[in-house]
Amino acid sequence: MFELNAQSIAFIVFALFSLGGALGVVTTRNLIHATLYLILSLFGAAGFFVLLSAPFMAAVQVLVYIGAIAILIVFAVMLTRSMTRLSDIYNSQWLLSAIVAGLLFVLLLVGVILPVWGVNGTQAGREVSSIVTTTVDLGKALVDQNQYVLPFEVASLLLTAAMIGAIVVARDDKE
Amino acid sequence: MNDVCSINNLTQCLLDGGVSPDLANLLTILGGVVLVATVPLVTVIFLIWIERKIAARVQDRLGPNRVGPFGLLQSVADAVKMLTKEDITPMGADKFIYNLAPIIAFATVVLIWAIIPFTPLHIGADLSIGILYFVAVASIGTVKIMIAGWSSNNKYALLGAFRTIAQLLSYEVPLVLSLLIPVMIAGTLGMQDMVRAQGSMWFVFMAPVAAVMFFIANLAETGRAPFDLLEAESEIIAGYNIEYSGFKWGMFMAGEFMHAFTAALLAAVIFLGGWWGPFVEQVPALGFVYLGLKTAVVYIFGLILRSTVPRVRIDQLMALNWKWLVPISVANVLITALLLKVVDAIGLAPQSGDFFAHLPQTLVLLVGNLVLMFGVATVLRNRGRAQRLVDEAAHPVEHEDAPVVAGAVGH
Repeated sequence: MFELNAQSIAFIVFALFSLGGALGVVTTRNLIHATLYLILSLFGAAGFFVLLSAPFMAAVQVLVYIGAIAILIVFAVMLTRSMTRLSDIYNSQWLLSAIVAGLLFVLLLVGVILPVWGVNGTQAGREVSSIVTTTVDLGKALVDQNQYVLPFEVASLLLTAAMIGAIVVARDDKE
Repeated sequence: MNDVCSINNLTQCLLDGGVSPDLANLLTILGGVVLVATVPLVTVIFLIWIERKIAARVQDRLGPNRVGPFGLLQSVADAVKMLTKEDITPMGADKFIYNLAPIIAFATVVLIWAIIPFTPLHIGADLSIGILYFVAVASIGTVKIMIAGWSSNNKYALLGAFRTIAQLLSYEVPLVLSLLIPVMIAGTLGMQDMVRAQGSMWFVFMAPVAAVMFFIANLAETGRAPFDLLEAESEIIAGYNIEYSGFKWGMFMAGEFMHAFTAALLAAVIFLGGWWGPFVEQVPALGFVYLGLKTAVVYIFGLILRSTVPRVRIDQLMALNWKWLVPISVANVLITALLLKVVDAIGLAPQSGDFFAHLPQTLVLLVGNLVLMFGVATVLRNRGRAQRLVDEAAHPVEHEDAPVVAGAVGH
């Protein structure tokens, strides 16, 4: 079942990137380090897309997430008083939320590993589809009326609304 | 059986030599990686020499001419000097990140070289998403500036990083929008396919506005004059990289020079037909020559521009981008998409690969571009007139002065 070849080594490396990065994000007390760990984690996800023969998604992952996370760092620097040694606990309900998050994670894990709610992809041992969809297929699917044109347009509208909202909030009313 | 082993037939050569297929494949890829990563490192030394020579000629100086023939080895001497300088890490710097930033700075530029088609045969990796890969790798560039500025533990470096990020992010919009035009015309994201699509007509004739936009946006992305606010050596010392010294500073500088050259290379590949030229299909190695010549034209034009135009202010930089380049790019995308559909509908789309088959489509797109240029020029002229009226109302010019002065001279 498991054999050591280039692909599995790459998978392990990317898995370490994304899990280790995710762990780093929540454990470090330094906001800048947290955002850099996040970059590492998302880079791992981009690697998975490459392994799944979805280079378009990989490039978009790097472009949108890693490119935009620089802005997140800027905000982290600008909006916080102390970025490097966060010792204050700002949320008094952290214990409760930690327990809920842990329970949700266990639930997710059970759902994936055990066939409690019916057989899913991992349990069925399904082969990865041999049909490699190209970027052209993806583009056509997004504007095809039988496929995703409605979600696509709704998402565009939502983003435009968010942008206009941000401009309205940020505008100086005194002028 | 091959008589001579070269990079073209390395895999076959190794297989003949009794190496296992997996290992032969790995070695070939490794060789390609080493080659693609080393060429920029060597090229940058001569790029600095060319840059200094041309800047010197524009400013009526001689430029470097003491070390080696024509001063060619000046950059080598500079590099050696840089390597022997003390490597200072400021107190309170975030050491790991501080050391990581210069590596990312150069790596992001070298990574772009992986997708550049030098000849019909020589390309690092002919990805199906070539253009998108370039945009994605270029976007990592903002990360390096942010972490360099922040980890230096210096408020000037941090402010410099903010300023630079604002510039890079703004100009990424017209850059990506101008790249959409050749993608639409060629119908592919792959770099090699894009060059092949220009076999009978370069994209610069079909999309001159997009080519100019790409050039301007790249000047800003690479921090070249008139957009070199991130360094501005005559006003402020530097920006995000102020604390770096020695080799690490050299990495930033080399990355910057290399990025400017890579931008010219990409402009040549995407708009000027890449490796196309006479007899290139018979002798693929000629592609290096043609691509080099085209790149040199774009690059040297950028260099002359660098040493002739004054630097813009930060507000002018932002106004130019958001009030001019972005709207023009969006309009350009809409016009080109519409015209391509129209051309397709009335049956003028090129059926074969020869020059005359491409002529109708090119003319239609060219007319569309000219209309856009005319519109922009009209708006610019009207704005200039309105501004001049406002200025004259605020500071009235006394036209009667002139004859009086002339009379004074006459006495």
